[in-house]
Amino acid sequence: MKIRALMLAAALAGLGVTAVTAADEPQAVRQALMKKVGQAAGALGGIAKGEKPYDAEIVKVSLTTISETVKVFPDHFPTGSETGSETEASPKIWENMDDFKAKAAKLGSDTDAVLAQLPADQAGVGAAMGILGKDCGSCHETYRLKKN
Amino acid sequence: MGRRIRKLVSGLVFVGLVGGAAFWWLTKPAPWPADHWEGLGEPDLVNGEKIFWAGGCVSCHAKRGSEGDARLVLAGGPPLKSPFGTFHAPNISPDETAGIGAWTLAEFGNAMTRGVGRNGEHLYPSFPYASYIRMAPKDVNDLWGYMKTLPKASDVAPGHELPFPYSMRLALGGWKLLFLTDTPRVAIDAADPKLTRGQYLVEGPGHCGECHTPRNALGGFEPGQWLAGAPNPEGEGRIPNITSGSKSIGGWSASDIASYLETGFTPEFDSVGGSMVEVQKNMAKLTAADREAIAAYLKAIPTL
Repeated sequence: MKIRALMLAAALAGLGVTAVTAADEPQAVRQALMKKVGQAAGALGGIAKGEKPYDAEIVKVSLTTISETVKVFPDHFPTGSETGSETEASPKIWENMDDFKAKAAKLGSDTDAVLAQLPADQAGVGAAMGILGKDCGSCHETYRLKKN
Repeated sequence: MGRRIRKLVSGLVFVGLVGGAAFWWLTKPAPWPADHWEGLGEPDLVNGEKIFWAGGCVSCHAKRGSEGDARLVLAGGPPLKSPFGTFHAPNISPDETAGIGAWTLAEFGNAMTRGVGRNGEHLYPSFPYASYIRMAPKDVNDLWGYMKTLPKASDVAPGHELPFPYSMRLALGGWKLLFLTDTPRVAIDAADPKLTRGQYLVEGPGHCGECHTPRNALGGFEPGQWLAGAPNPEGEGRIPNITSGSKSIGGWSASDIASYLETGFTPEFDSVGGSMVEVQKNMAKLTAADREAIAAYLKAIPTL
């Protein structure tokens, strides 16, 4: 049992290492961060829609992931990473970096506010998703470009 | 010889006059006959509000970045860039001088569904009357009743910034002759009330095709390309294909589409972006049944 767990951990670590070495350019890092946020939002969304049962631990972990991820997210837009690697980042990010950062910070603080009063049931998660979803949209409205 | 030339010249002048008169006659602004807007009775303000959100008036006519109740102040919106020039959506608040508060239902209705302004002039199709032409007079009446309840604003929008020849309003009559039609964009099963409702909302008030369908050099829709996606008129990126052949939403179920319109989340829990953010905020205010009708229609139209 213990050996299996160790092997699993090693395998996961190995995966992590390859992911990092193959993906240390900012475009890839920020794409991975957004994917993390999306997965967390997906876990919350499943509960909000009633497809998954309410689970306080999952709600807490998902919200924490969103909060922590979005706080470092805007650090990965250095000059020179405007294009390439199928980035969907709009050039407007670099024109309005302060506003871009403020929008990310708003999702962070709204998430923290939800965490402070953890939603207690499906309806509560749904209401929280309403707040956070608006933050996602208000940033993607200006700062993400869809190429297809 | 001289007589022959004179005859030729007068002949050409005659042809020119007849041609000009024919063009004018064929392309003059054409409001509905007066009785089209009569006998509609008291507007149903609840339905009027639904039509208001379906029509997306706020997205172009409220100031950029408006939130909450500020979205109901239709003072004139952000500039709308296009390959033909930059359009400025006017103040359509019920203010009697800066807005359209002094208009009659017929004046409002003819602007909405015939592209004819209050002074009998052609309006630019950046105002999507080529979609709104499909709207039922009752819905226009209800919408007009609801819009008169909104706050007044005193702002006056700048005029459109259009280079020649797009600056000629007269030429819009030619555009209308070519492209203004109230026939259905696609054939669907007319016996299914959900589909016909979806068709009405998408092709009429919702005016989805205005961005999601590609246009030719004259600004008319490319035939056979209904909702197949188009370049983003405002710059980089694309407005996606929303038929079942779409790379982005082709795999979505009807309930995925309805849920996206309600919450702004894709089935993968990515979020709505770009100019669709404004649209989704409006769609969230429709009834669930109307969002489902839109979704059913999108699943029923030809796959491109």
